[in-house]
This record gives sequence, C-alpha cells and structure tokens, in this order.
Amino acid sequence: MLANNLDIEGLSISFSNEGEELMALRQVSLSVPRHSIVGIVGESGCGKSTLISSIFRLPMENAIIKCGRIHVNGTDVLTLDEEEMNRLRGKEIAMIFQDPFTALNPVLTIGSQLIDIQYRQAISRKEKKQNVIAALQQVGIDRASDRFNQYPHQFSGGMLQRICIAMALLVKPTLLVADEPTTALDATTELQILALIREFHRSTGASVLLVSHHLSVIAELCDRVVVMYAGEIVEEGLSQDVFGAPLHPYTNLLMQCDPARIKEKARHLPSIPGTVSRVVKTSTECIFVHRCPQAVSRCSELVPETYSVEGRTVKCHLISNE
Amino acid sequence: MPHWIHASGTNCKLVKPLIAHQINARHRQRARLADPVVWLSIFLLGVLALCALIALLGLVPHDPYELNVSNRFQPPSWEHWLGTDNLGRDTFSRIVYGSRVALYISLVGVGSAMCLGLLIGTIAGYGPRWLDNAILFVLDSARTFPTILLAMIIVTISGPSINTIVAIVIVSTLSGYVRLVRTQTLSLKNRVFIQAERSLGAGPIRIVSQHVIPNILSPLLIIACMDIPTVITLEAGLSFLGLGIRPPTASWGTTLQDGYAFIRNTPWLLVAASLPLISATLGFTFLGEALRDWLDPNLVNK
Repeated sequence: MLANNLDIEGLSISFSNEGEELMALRQVSLSVPRHSIVGIVGESGCGKSTLISSIFRLPMENAIIKCGRIHVNGTDVLTLDEEEMNRLRGKEIAMIFQDPFTALNPVLTIGSQLIDIQYRQAISRKEKKQNVIAALQQVGIDRASDRFNQYPHQFSGGMLQRICIAMALLVKPTLLVADEPTTALDATTELQILALIREFHRSTGASVLLVSHHLSVIAELCDRVVVMYAGEIVEEGLSQDVFGAPLHPYTNLLMQCDPARIKEKARHLPSIPGTVSRVVKTSTECIFVHRCPQAVSRCSELVPETYSVEGRTVKCHLISNE
Repeated sequence: MPHWIHASGTNCKLVKPLIAHQINARHRQRARLADPVVWLSIFLLGVLALCALIALLGLVPHDPYELNVSNRFQPPSWEHWLGTDNLGRDTFSRIVYGSRVALYISLVGVGSAMCLGLLIGTIAGYGPRWLDNAILFVLDSARTFPTILLAMIIVTISGPSINTIVAIVIVSTLSGYVRLVRTQTLSLKNRVFIQAERSLGAGPIRIVSQHVIPNILSPLLIIACMDIPTVITLEAGLSFLGLGIRPPTASWGTTLQDGYAFIRNTPWLLVAASLPLISATLGFTFLGEALRDWLDPNLVNK
C-alpha cells in the first residue's frame, strides 16, 4: 500500500507568452497522504490552477512542463500516453470545478450525464440509473427520481455543485481535486457543500486536494495546508500549526487579511500592499521581498532555502536566523 | 379564518405539488403548439408532403406527361384546375409531381450536406490545427466560385440529372455547415464542462459524440431548415436555366420556365409554379423558427 495518493516533486511549469517565458510554477513539491485532506491557499495568480490542471495533465495550450514528476498512486503521470492517461482520469482522480453553472452540459439532462459518466462500468442502464438516484440522494437532492430528467439550468448553484459531487461519487476516485468549489456560492450553501465534501472523504476514504481563497475553509476542513506565493510553496504543514503560528511572513499577512479573523471594527479591510510579481527570469532574491514587512538585507541578495521546522517546511531567511 | 388556511398562513391543501416532469411536459407542449407560426408551418409542409405522396401513388387527375396539343394554353377550369401548358399538359398534375423532386433534392441534399458538415466540422474544430487549416483552405477555395459557375462545372462533368442537383446542393452549402460546426466546436472545446469531461477521462470521440454534437445540433437543424427553401429555389433556378431537371420531367423549375416563356398568354402558369415554391419556402422557414424555440432548453421554463 502506498503512503501517498499524490506526490509532486520539483515541478516547474512555464507559459510561453509572445516570446516571453513566464515561470508559473518553480520547483513545487507536495504530497497528499492517503485518506487526508490537503488545502492549497494563495492569492489569485499564484499558480494554484496551473498546479491542479497539471495533475490531470490538462494544462493550458501554451504551458510547458519544464521539469519535475507527478505521481498519482505511484503512477508517473507525465510519462503516460494519452490512452493510459484517460484511464487514470475519472478512475483514480476526479475534479470539482469552481463554477458549477458551467461544469455541466447545458443541453443534456443531469440524469443522462450522470448515467453517461459510468460508461466504464459493465452494468445495465437500469442499474446505472439506480446508482445515479442513490448518489443524488446521498448529496441531498430531494425527489431525485423526478429531478433526474431536468436540465442544469433548472437547478440552483448549490444544487449543481451537489450534482458535481454526486458525479465524483459515481466514479469513486482515490483522489478528489476541488478547485475553489465554493467560490461561486453563498455562505450558507458553502457550508453545506464543504460538509458534503467532508462526508465524501469520510464515506469513500478518498483523499481531497482542496484549493480555496478562504483560509477559514481550509483551516476547518484540511489536515495539511500548502501556502503558495507566485508559483512557489512558501509554507507547508499541519493546518493547526500553520494557522496557529504562521512562520512565513506571507502566511502571517494572509491571516491578518482574512475578514473572518479581524476582531476590531475598521473602515478599510486590510490587504497586502502590492501584487503578485510575474516571474520571467531566475531570480536572485526572495520572491516576496518587495511586499514583505519583515525583509532584511539578506532577502534581496539570496534566494531562501526551504527549511524544515517541526514537521513543516518554510521558505524564508528569517527561520535560519533562529 | 376559512378552515383550509393553516395557522402558518400557507394554503397547504390546495397547492398540489407539481412534479418536475409534469412541469417539463407542460411547458414543452406550450412552446411547441402555442405559436400560430408552428401551425402554419405544419399545414404548409403537410400539404407539400401530401402532394409528394399523391404523386408517388399516381393519384393525380391527369397524366402529367400526356401531350394534348389541341388543348394547350387552357385557362384554369374544372377539368384542368390550374390550366394547361404550351404542350397541353395538365399544370396541376405537373406541380404535384414537381413536389417530389423538390422534396427529394431539399431533404437528401441538405440532409447529406448537414451530416458531412457535422463530420468535417467537428474534425476541423476538435482535431489538430494543421488539419483544421487544410480543411478550411479547401472549403474557402470552393467557396470562391459563384454557385451558378460551380453548378455549370458539375453539370458539364456529370450531365444534368436529379442527383447532379443534389451534388450541387451539397457542394454549395457544405462550407457553411462546416464553418458553423467548426466555430461552435472551437468555442465548446474550452468550456468548463468539456474540461470536466476530459478530467474524467473521456476521449475525443466520446466528447464529440456525447457533448459537442448535442450542443451543435439545434443551431445546425435551424440553419438547415432555413436552407431548404434556398435549395428548392436553387433547383428551380437551375432547371429554369436548363442546367437542372430536363424536360419533360415535371419540376417546379421547368414549369416556371414554360410559364416565363409564355407569360403574356398564360400568366397562370407562372403563378401556379411560384405558389408551391413560396409556400414550401415559408413552411420550412417557419419550421426553422419553431425548432429554434423548441430546441432551446432555456426556453422550456419560460
């Protein structure tokens, strides 16, 4: 039995953009242990989506995988041919998307889509339909057999996301990747969907890789958390450690900006000054130096190493001082 | 307070819950039948189909090929409902026979162009870039020829016949279908639900057949329906120019040609041949519009 459902080692991905090379991911390594929920947080544009689309080997057209390895349940994804890859997708790995309104085919009824997705199983259509209705009931859709024949536009966003989770239930993956599954939903629905994902994790034993902007969501749901900044992992560890006592200044700032954690009344919501830098050449300084309030002279002279501290990793010079 | 109002104020007893499929069925039916345009199109196309059936069974009042020179240029009468032409043939019978030609050409021609367009268009849209460029290059080259010129080339090669017209129809409408299908495929290709299918391991053939084609079918059917009138007039035009159906075979185009030649003596010939042309055109156009409303799942609920 393998220890991890997902192992990414030293993954670097670049985008070629009008002759310019944009280094979207640099030397990213992370693991999703079996039966665990791992969260990825970070600002928009820090490479979260690039990372998860590379797990499915469905990156943008102009993306180039420079180096690194991606192992899903021990299989090196990047060396598979297209057919072997297709066998892996939807069997070992499945994905839930950010916007449930666009994640289902608008001209087919949800029933036919959910039946269609079981094409790998050699069972009769009737059994497939029973599976679908069971899955729909499991994700909390009332009158599932009536709603079976409805089209996606006849459902609300929360319902559609439930249907997407039902889809994941039907393919029974060992690793579920959820790309900001609650961003398009309101707060109450968000809680229900997160509870469903947790229930999915519990009942099937599948691992979940959850991407979110919401720190509280990650803190609530995840065993481990990965903090990304501008295409690099800056901090990684157990979520109670990382959120309890952040070591990297960026994690610290992110938590200060989380509206859920602000105690005092303020006129303006806090934010981190500046924007995520676009990295086009190999840098000789820390990527966060221009926005870091704790920067020292060494930060602009040397790229920090990744230090291991009590079961977590931090990429910051300040740690080495201690 | 009346007894059927509950304490909560909601009237529970009178509200019978509507089950989803009942709602669906009801709205679909309404979308299909409420519009008078739909009825008109059903009526016009029904008459056309009836004509073709009558012609198939030979139930016309006169033999459309029987010459009766002493009886030529008869005005409409009980004996000859739409008069007779320059050779004394019964115009009504010839028009009824002509509907067979019109339907055959429009359905077979447009149908095969649509299927070919679906095949080539999805290959161009979903396949590799170089194949897309090659397909577009060939189709664009074919499109630079004016239809009539193209028709003359094809007729010169294979001789005038009903199947030549079908070939002309396919060649002249194909690039439109391919372009429509290709653009739709390209835009669908990057939609999230296609990405979702790919992330679940669906291969290209599965994605195209299960997800791309159902999304393209409704605009394609609508365009095809609106193309059928053009095709019927194309047949009439080609026959009128002597490039299509050869006399004595009855077609609306040949009847138009005769009518045009003798317009001063016998205006009814021209009217008789253009009436079915107009009604078929209207019938298919209305059908296209009705299809557009009916096939759009977003209109089901409105």
